[in-house]
Amino acid sequence: MLAYTIRRLLMLIPVLIGMSLLVFSIVHLIPGDPAKTILGEKAPPEVLDNMREELGLNDPLIVQYKNYMVGLLTGDLGRSIKTKAPISQEIKPYLAATIELTFFAMVFAIIIGVNAGIIAAWKHNSWFDYIAMLVALIGVSMPVFWLGLMEQWIFAQKLNWLPSIGRANILNPIKPITNFYIIDSILAGNFTGLKEVIKHLILPSIALGTIPMAIIARMTRSSMLEVMKSDYVRTAKAKGVKEFFLIYKHALKNALIPVLTVVGLQIGMLLGGAVLTETIFAWPGIGKYLYDAISMRDYPVIQSGILVIATMFVIINLIVDLLYSAIDPRIRYR
Amino acid sequence: MSQLEISNDNQVYVNTPNDPSPLLEVWRRLKKHKLAMLGGAIIISFIIIALFAPLLTSYPYDGAVLEDRFLPPLSEGHIFGTDDLGRDLFSRIVYGAQISLRVGFLAVVGSVIIGTILGLLAGYYGKWIDMLISRIFDIMLAFPSILLAIAIVTILGRSLTNALLAIAIVNIPTYGRLVRSKVLSLKEEEFVMAAKALGMKNRRIILHHLLPNSLTPVIVQGTLGIATAIIETAALGFLGLGAQPPTPEWGTMLADSKDYIQLAPWTVVLPGISIMLVVLGFNLFGDGLRDVLDPKMKQ
Repeated sequence: MLAYTIRRLLMLIPVLIGMSLLVFSIVHLIPGDPAKTILGEKAPPEVLDNMREELGLNDPLIVQYKNYMVGLLTGDLGRSIKTKAPISQEIKPYLAATIELTFFAMVFAIIIGVNAGIIAAWKHNSWFDYIAMLVALIGVSMPVFWLGLMEQWIFAQKLNWLPSIGRANILNPIKPITNFYIIDSILAGNFTGLKEVIKHLILPSIALGTIPMAIIARMTRSSMLEVMKSDYVRTAKAKGVKEFFLIYKHALKNALIPVLTVVGLQIGMLLGGAVLTETIFAWPGIGKYLYDAISMRDYPVIQSGILVIATMFVIINLIVDLLYSAIDPRIRYR
Repeated sequence: MSQLEISNDNQVYVNTPNDPSPLLEVWRRLKKHKLAMLGGAIIISFIIIALFAPLLTSYPYDGAVLEDRFLPPLSEGHIFGTDDLGRDLFSRIVYGAQISLRVGFLAVVGSVIIGTILGLLAGYYGKWIDMLISRIFDIMLAFPSILLAIAIVTILGRSLTNALLAIAIVNIPTYGRLVRSKVLSLKEEEFVMAAKALGMKNRRIILHHLLPNSLTPVIVQGTLGIATAIIETAALGFLGLGAQPPTPEWGTMLADSKDYIQLAPWTVVLPGISIMLVVLGFNLFGDGLRDVLDPKMKQ
């Protein structure tokens, strides 16, 4: 296991270098003068010069890349053109907001997806099975941004049940400590605030979690159907194990292995979906940060935003792989 | 491919004239797959709508008539109503079908061609070629696909063509890896070894033996890939990075009309349903095709 972990970590190095090169080239591959692209054609020459200097565009490319890498390794992600603040500082609360959202989206996806899949397999070919699989099919075909808009329209604007944008009630702000609002509101003993935070989480979590939920449900169902056919389940049934325990204890344990891979893959995918979901729900996460930077042409933020999300994505995938090989040792030898 | 039949065990058989055509056999099995047929019907309906767009619509997609703003669906002459500029929503959705289908199809064709070539080279030649290509794939797959597409469009500039290019580039590794792993297993097959032993040129082995035998998974993945490409096009359009107004691309339409959702919900509901339906069609058909063509998934 240790050797495998080390090998996987070493394989990460070229990937990370390649990622940094790709992200680095975002500014340098813009056709024409990046300073002009950022500031517009009409910017006065001295302002353009300043911008070029600020972006380090006057040095040779190789020096620029070296400086960029040295910066990255010392935790310097550059400065935002718009706010002038160091991105590594600015990005922290956004990062926490995204992690909070993806966590709840995944909790939603797993709880509903796994259970729907189990029941669909248990009551194979029943109306529940058909409806669940129909919903799952529609779920995987749903554009996440449209689902978000529909939720806002129905549950926030028409029915007025839940807030449609933001992380918390502006009238009852949460004092940031860890920037995870659920934790912060508990730490501050602000329980009305906690209620508000949870309310704000519901719609975006459902929007973001729907596609993974659908995929997890389909995977759980087919995996359960497979396991239910196996001899040991039949033996357990013959011994008179109650159906509930047969399903949730005996069959589920083995059925969950392939589901776990899918779950891992989906956590990574959620980070991509987060860009769209956060834009719609004005969720101040890293996706929204990136979206705003794109519309402001704030290239250093675009670079760093993409790099941070991609790094998280790679790390999550690595953890999932390692966990998976710990659960099922056969994986390592493939 | 007319005389070659690819069977489930990766062997190639030469058809005698009495054998049913392999395509016919696939069709026979596909016909029994109800969901695949439903998906196929959805796809064909959208293709017909797209092809006959000028005949189906009586308004131009960009004809703004300000006094007709926000007419609800089923208004006179406007079956889907009108949008914030008084443009006929039905015309826009119908022309939007043209855009989505074309972009989805072209993007997939682009990634399939490049991915297949790279996959064949990496799988067949191995060594440093494989190292290089596989590492590039690893790096590309290290980004969530929509994010990599955003990065590419940021570099190339915002337009529908660049969105198409970005989506095509982003999906190359999916097909590349698929073909590479297929070629790796095919290389160990006797018919490939026999071809080598007979002194057949590499180029001929790749084009005549490896390529036709690796196409099945690519076709399945490509069908599902059109669904993904259509959603990604709409997502880029929605973020303002794809088609620019007044182009009636569905995602761009959603971005334009999302602020009027309370006033004119149909301007948001209908383009969204169109995206979902066409994506559902390709997902259903692709799933069915996999059930029919992929022996591992078959009951």
